[in-house]
Amino acid sequence: MRNTIVLFKRELAGYFATPVAYVFICIFLLLCGILTFYMGGFFEGGQATLGPAFFEFHPILYIVLIPAISMRLWAEERKQGTIELLMTLPVTLPQLVLSKFLAAWVFAGIALGLTFPLWLTVNYLGDPDNGVILASYVASWLMAGGYLAMGACISAVTKNQVIAFVLAVIVCLLFLIPGLPQVQEVLAGVLPGETLVDAVKSFSFMTHFGSIARGVIDLRDLVFFASVIGVFLFLNAIVIELKKAD
Amino acid sequence: MGAMIEIENLQKRFGAITAVDGVSFTVERGTVLGFLGPNGAGKSTTMKMLTGFLPPTGGTARIGGHDITTDGLAAKQLVGYLPEGAPLYPDMTPEAFLYFIAEIRGLSGAKAKARVAEVAEKVSLQKVMRQPIETLSKGFKRRVGLAQAILHDPQVLVLDEPTDGLDPNQKKEVRALIRSMQQDKVIILSTHILEEVEALCSRVIIIAGGRIVIDCAPGDLAAKSRWHNAVRLELATSEAQRVRGVLAEQYGAEHVETLASETSGTSLLVTTRDRRPILAEISQRAQKDQWKLDGLHVEHGRLDEVFHELTRVGTRI
Repeated sequence: MRNTIVLFKRELAGYFATPVAYVFICIFLLLCGILTFYMGGFFEGGQATLGPAFFEFHPILYIVLIPAISMRLWAEERKQGTIELLMTLPVTLPQLVLSKFLAAWVFAGIALGLTFPLWLTVNYLGDPDNGVILASYVASWLMAGGYLAMGACISAVTKNQVIAFVLAVIVCLLFLIPGLPQVQEVLAGVLPGETLVDAVKSFSFMTHFGSIARGVIDLRDLVFFASVIGVFLFLNAIVIELKKAD
Repeated sequence: MGAMIEIENLQKRFGAITAVDGVSFTVERGTVLGFLGPNGAGKSTTMKMLTGFLPPTGGTARIGGHDITTDGLAAKQLVGYLPEGAPLYPDMTPEAFLYFIAEIRGLSGAKAKARVAEVAEKVSLQKVMRQPIETLSKGFKRRVGLAQAILHDPQVLVLDEPTDGLDPNQKKEVRALIRSMQQDKVIILSTHILEEVEALCSRVIIIAGGRIVIDCAPGDLAAKSRWHNAVRLELATSEAQRVRGVLAEQYGAEHVETLASETSGTSLLVTTRDRRPILAEISQRAQKDQWKLDGLHVEHGRLDEVFHELTRVGTRI
């Protein structure tokens, strides 16, 4: 536990040691703003809510932004050779995997948290359901965790950050697409039976994000994100074990 | 008490390639062990297994009694390791980096700060403690790597090519550092530089093709050279013919070589099959026959020649 905290602190401080963190946060906030006010029609909607204008874009926004956080996690360690330093310290592999993931997740949480002026704005303009907004923030953060776990695992596969980024975008997309209404329609035509369509749909982040973001915190959705994170961190550890010496 | 490091039939295969093929040796406290071998001989791989980075394919090693395959964490606690090329986090400052290492090594707060300061002083890093590591010179980076390895005052220090890529002054500094730490520790260092082994090590292991080809004291290594105890005579070219004849008669023609001389005269090198000392005999003869010599030297043996012979043939002596 103590080791995990020490490693976590170094990782998190690492984000802020270079301008990367600040650039990332600025771009994230900028994109959130543009999407909400231009694409989402925040004012035109005339409703005191963040759902349709703000949170709805998160699954797609994260496809590009989360791999940008995760791409360096292991690729950089392997490229610099620091992985050898790290893994010969008296720490275990699970501690390393967990601390890196947690630092990235907390960093994503900080970026997400900095969108709070939007929340202040809706509260100033009207009387929104703050419970739903909170649930949406939780859902968004959980989804970020899921994408990050995938990205971390993929970052362990290669020494090249660009490759890690592209691969992570693709894998993240695979976990998003089945939930899109257009894809659902196509699937309904191709796959025999409702159950199969629902099964495919249940693998989509969109589905689970959507249901929490509506304000219904269902255990199944929480279990889904927790399992995605767990499975990919486990894979992450295996990939490191196999690839560390390359 | 047993040896600090016991390596038993250590093996590592990468697919079809056998990088380390059954290496066994033990090292006692107070030993500085030089690990020599051509590139790709398995030096680094052996060190990586010893430090717990790579799991062995076969065999094992014990550090202070802790088996690296079953009790790796305890073994790692006893070891300080400088990986090849001294990888570091470029964005961190030496101060932050060493503090991080101190925390991972179980120190915290004031104790960690004090120890970081102590180590920084030992490797003369005080002036650059707050600069990002990426802005430091190679020599300073290497010192940060060394500081990291010795921070917890480990009983075993494993240094993979600690002086590689440094300029002669920096090499000298790093060697002085290593020498200052050798008491009561086991230091294993790999190098390509033969003079380094002579200067630093109390024992040398040469590895080639994943196997140990020789394990001895650096002095004994020179004795393996066919030039060990050979005598070199420098003399005027006019004189050389006569002297050569006399020497060839006594030691056999094949044991007298004419070397390209550095000066205007000629150099003759006299060797013997059993590498016995022959300086006294030759010098007596020279006086008796009144040879006009410009110089008379004893060769101690050439490490590079021994190294080449051993690793080229790849067989045990």
